[in-house]
Amino acid sequence: MIEQNLPVLIIVLPLIAAPLLVLLGSRHLALPVSLAVCWSVFAVAVAMMARVMESGTITYELGGWPSPYGIVYVVDYLSAFMMLFVSGLGAIVMTYAPPSINREIPLSKHYLFYATYLLCLTGLLGMCITGDLFNVFVFLEISSLSSYALISLGKTRRAPLASLHYLIVGTIGATFFLIGIGLLYQMTGTLNMADIASRLHAVDGSRTKLVAFAFMTVGLCIKMAVFPLHTWLPNAYTYAPSVVTCFIAATATKVSVYAFIRLVYGIFTPEFAFESLPLDQALMIFSLIGIFVASAAAIYQTNIKRLLAYSSVAQIGYMLLGVSMANVGGLSAGIVHMFNHALIKGGLFMVVGCFVLRIGSCKLDDLRGAGKTMPLTSFAWAIGGLGLIGVPMTAGFISKWMLLTSALEVNVWPVAILMLLSSLLAVVYVWRVVETLYFSEPSEKAAVATEAPWLMIIPTYIVIAATVVFGCWTVYSNGIAVKAAKILLGIVETGATL
Amino acid sequence: MIGLYNYWIVIFLMMTGFYIVIARENLIKTIIGLNIFQTSVFLLYITMGKVTGGTAPIIQPGNGGESHGDGHGGGHGDDHHGPGEHGETLDHAKEHADSGASTVDHLVRSVGHNDDPATATDTVQHAVGHATENAAGIDVASVVDAAHPTVYHGVSYSNPLPSVLMLTAIVVGIATTALALALIVRIREEYGTIEEDEILLIDQEDEEVS
Repeated sequence: MIEQNLPVLIIVLPLIAAPLLVLLGSRHLALPVSLAVCWSVFAVAVAMMARVMESGTITYELGGWPSPYGIVYVVDYLSAFMMLFVSGLGAIVMTYAPPSINREIPLSKHYLFYATYLLCLTGLLGMCITGDLFNVFVFLEISSLSSYALISLGKTRRAPLASLHYLIVGTIGATFFLIGIGLLYQMTGTLNMADIASRLHAVDGSRTKLVAFAFMTVGLCIKMAVFPLHTWLPNAYTYAPSVVTCFIAATATKVSVYAFIRLVYGIFTPEFAFESLPLDQALMIFSLIGIFVASAAAIYQTNIKRLLAYSSVAQIGYMLLGVSMANVGGLSAGIVHMFNHALIKGGLFMVVGCFVLRIGSCKLDDLRGAGKTMPLTSFAWAIGGLGLIGVPMTAGFISKWMLLTSALEVNVWPVAILMLLSSLLAVVYVWRVVETLYFSEPSEKAAVATEAPWLMIIPTYIVIAATVVFGCWTVYSNGIAVKAAKILLGIVETGATL
Repeated sequence: MIGLYNYWIVIFLMMTGFYIVIARENLIKTIIGLNIFQTSVFLLYITMGKVTGGTAPIIQPGNGGESHGDGHGGGHGDDHHGPGEHGETLDHAKEHADSGASTVDHLVRSVGHNDDPATATDTVQHAVGHATENAAGIDVASVVDAAHPTVYHGVSYSNPLPSVLMLTAIVVGIATTALALALIVRIREEYGTIEEDEILLIDQEDEEVS
């Protein structure tokens, strides 16, 4: 019974729990309920991944309506993998959250925080699982609206302003996506993604198809924060509560990248996007400019959250670089980088959360010398930072290596060289923080700081350790990504076994 | 061209809303602009669901089974929407009796010469132009005729699906507006103004002080 309904369970659990928490209205009940929900959602995601690896794609018909009429949930390698790490990070960050939000969010608003967090999780998982295009829009808006609300919970008065800017830009992006869906519907008369894909061939060469694709791409690029559409991101990440930044930075932009991969490889074909349109070159150029500009901007930041935010913009560039190569190596590098970067950036923002809790600031000046008073937290930064740079034995190395080899494979060696150069920029900004932590005279605040509570240190270390584990042991992370890429490119059928 | 006036309204509203979002400093006005922008998309969907000469995709006794078989694979899907937009096509072709094809040409040509950078303006033109072209291309007219021997001339049929989709989108729009207004209330409490340039000035002064 439960086994057959796993795909809907992963959506229904957090979706029902969120309003329940608001109705209960109790801070003390909210935490255990949302912890239970987050971890069971993770368990469901693990179970689904196992089933997909065992017996191939799962298709779930909501309400028993067959595929072109009703809404279907489709779980294949890629979506199961996405849901696995989104729900995993959602659960870990939720476990880590209590001490941090006790300090950063007024107690009276805690139950609302938990409810909104669960809604955001619902939206992100929904975008991964659904096989219906309009449903993607609905889930996109669920996750976006809840993330606007979460960001506005930040302590400073800049938080609501950053949130409002994100709301305006994000709504324009989502509406663009909606226009694209409308045009596709007008052409094909269906909203089911697989159905649209099979009917789009009939209208090859039409301008409507082109325009629909353009609207949807630009809409998603805003959501992905691709350079130069990234302007909402630094402020939103900087002024949001630390826990919210951990969660959103680790998951939200990746899910948009996922939606983009589906759009290009699942609905429009790579031939359409990359051969009849020069989207691959455009993406490559914007990605590379983004990587350099954002990495350079990160070097000059004095606020550690903003530094990581700019680095996120750069990292999105790596993912899109992989997607734009349209070969197995590149695409799987893009997919596995989503996972690796989610771990790395999630872990690093969790470290920042610990600093904010004990030092009360995320300015580099105030963090000076924190390596002495908060050794565990500082060490976690060093390890996570190595992953961000892409040092061997860390997760970041794996995806960059794959990206590099596939760049050489398709003979775009200038891209390979630029990638290596850009890693040097990452060395600079990670090192700046390490230097501040370990080799400077302690600031007033850092000198009296104590180590972060175990409740936060342990989840942080789990994530940071995972970046090392998946840097050495890549059977699953890489194996699944390569398999997902092959399915997307139509090289293998959706069968079982890696 | 005049026959497609509803699309022109959509484009006009869309660009008006977009312009307001970009050009206004007052946060409330920005949100109103955003609202207009979203509303134009509702209209786009509803107007594409409105089909002259279409009918509901109900299998009529006597001509149900067989006609569903042809078409592409899952004939049901086609049937479901076929009468909708292709009905429109038929209608067009009849309205412009001898210059039927030239309608499409017109649209395409007018777009070709249109140097207006507002891409969205082009969009809907293309959309309409090509929906027409495409429908003619895959010869759905005959499918429609096969499935529904009676094409209801002069009857304005509303495909319910786009309207239903828009109900959802309206809910999303309301949620967005409500959230945005709530944020603006908080911004005004904190800064004492809702003019963006003044807020940015205050922020700058803050930074200089610290």
